[in-house]
Amino acid sequence: MTGAGRPADTARTFAQKALARASGHESVAVGEIVDARPDIALSHDNTAPIAEIWRQFGQERVSIPERMAVTLDHAVPAPTIRHARNHAEVRAFVAEQGVGHFFEVGRGICHQVLSEEAVVLPGDLILGSDSHTPHFGWLGAFGAGVGRSEMAVIWATGELWLRVPESIRIRLEGALGEWVTTKDVALTLIGDLGADGALYRSVEFEGPAIAGLSLDSRAALVNMMAEMGAKNAYMPPDEEVFRYLAERLLTRPGRRTGRGAEPGEASGEIVARLREGALHPDAGAGYAAEHLLDLSSVQPQVARPHQVDDTVDVGQLESVRVDQAFIGTCTNGRLEDLGEVHRVMSGRRTAPGTRMVIVPASSEVWNEALARGWVADLAAAGAVFGTPGCGPCMGNHLGVLAPGEVCISSANRNFQGRMGDRGSEIYLASPAVVAASAVAGRIVHPREVTE
Amino acid sequence: MNGPVDVACPFRGRVFRYGDHVNTDVIFPGRYTYTKSRPEEVAPHALEDLDPTFVERVRPGDVIVAGWNWGCGSSREQAAVCLRYAGVGAVVARSFDRIFYRNALNNGLLAIVCPEAVDALEEGADVEVDLDGSVIRHGGTSFSFSPFSPAVRSMIAAGGLIEQTKRRLAAG
Repeated sequence: MTGAGRPADTARTFAQKALARASGHESVAVGEIVDARPDIALSHDNTAPIAEIWRQFGQERVSIPERMAVTLDHAVPAPTIRHARNHAEVRAFVAEQGVGHFFEVGRGICHQVLSEEAVVLPGDLILGSDSHTPHFGWLGAFGAGVGRSEMAVIWATGELWLRVPESIRIRLEGALGEWVTTKDVALTLIGDLGADGALYRSVEFEGPAIAGLSLDSRAALVNMMAEMGAKNAYMPPDEEVFRYLAERLLTRPGRRTGRGAEPGEASGEIVARLREGALHPDAGAGYAAEHLLDLSSVQPQVARPHQVDDTVDVGQLESVRVDQAFIGTCTNGRLEDLGEVHRVMSGRRTAPGTRMVIVPASSEVWNEALARGWVADLAAAGAVFGTPGCGPCMGNHLGVLAPGEVCISSANRNFQGRMGDRGSEIYLASPAVVAASAVAGRIVHPREVTE
Repeated sequence: MNGPVDVACPFRGRVFRYGDHVNTDVIFPGRYTYTKSRPEEVAPHALEDLDPTFVERVRPGDVIVAGWNWGCGSSREQAAVCLRYAGVGAVVARSFDRIFYRNALNNGLLAIVCPEAVDALEEGADVEVDLDGSVIRHGGTSFSFSPFSPAVRSMIAAGGLIEQTKRRLAAG
């Protein structure tokens, strides 16, 4: 055991506990560098170029096939022959190496799918060659993004060095007001603390407001902490999270990893197992900074081009004409988000000159939206739908922008040129604000079109 | 395309200055990220959406000097690789996004935190970067930076993370 001489009773952060577990130590200190073994190694359309790097090692087999999860989500279905060839290479590699968890075109975005499939569990370490891997903190897991070379090394060796980060604690109190969502909470935090406000740090949420947030809302908030520079983010998992996962584990028995339900196991037993595996920071753990946010003080926000931290209350924005409204992504493409859009747009129509693109985060979201009749209502309102996946978020796929065009988006980044031409502009907001703006043809508060 | 410069030895170049929060989308646009991965494919697109003339002007050993949070955004490793193979030897900044920082060092692109150098160095300045001495020199002035750990320096000397891992696996 490393950490000799460290008092055993020192209060620890979530990050310390998660990285101690993943590196096989009883405890680890902030700033310590550990060799961590991820429970899950995530890659997506970038799996083929990572495989090309991995082949340089001369191994015949990856060392951790059962821990690998691969989704095709970033440009699906293939828009060009080059993309199609990339997908074909990914499929061939997955079959050749017996990758434990593979999800085809149309299943959805990696972070949403691995949550729905209960591939990632509370207390896990997941490393992903994707910058939104901190997403899994909504389940109480430690998720961090890595590069392609690092992912190749993880496949080859099963481990990667990580520095135990300082943590910042964000306490959430109060309740969200009408038309206010956790996207607005995230943009408020990022606007206040800056796009590097959590650089290298573990963002650990706590407080009485969390129990009142839906699971979809929690995921959106934790996901956005990537835009504050966080290494990972964390929300304490509660009984609602355990039940969500237990239901899914029950219907997915016999996983080759042994992470699914055991034969004959009851839901209550799975919940108990998940509860036992969950990690919670100790009272009195050391934080580099502590913040308090009263959710009732949050107003609908908009982040202006081209920085996520250039935020303003939607009501204070001067009139901004909108060419395209986009709903989707790992941040805000879930069922609750489509529900908000439906609430705003049903029985109304997109403004002349404004188009609306909706890309559900997963096939599960898509199927449920269909079953509830939302898709038909939204199509009647003028929306067009894309295949579950990342959509035009990073300018790869259908719905990209022309020079001079303005998009209001429920995504996570508004960097110059991200969704298409470098002369286009992206405003970020909640799904409700995006939907209202599609109806008005300019960026507005949802009140303006619903009252 | 210039190709990479050997950063294990002191190297000389000119300064290109950029601002705060320069993100990976403008360093290497997402529209290429699933179709271009090899160094020779990605280098011609370096900084394409930030400074379209950069690739024509950059020469081996040149240095980027920037503000806070260089490389924020996507995890795409091409953002580090494209700069390295366009000839950039080092990015000197007030702070770095953590994934870019790892990607850079793993690929032998020096990522140096040195606010004093950022304050002082102007566009076009001639500089020398000395990894062993942990110092950036300009005219008669020197700017020290925190030395890289022995592990990072041995990785850079080995030619980056992949070369180092090859040796590690070969050694069993």
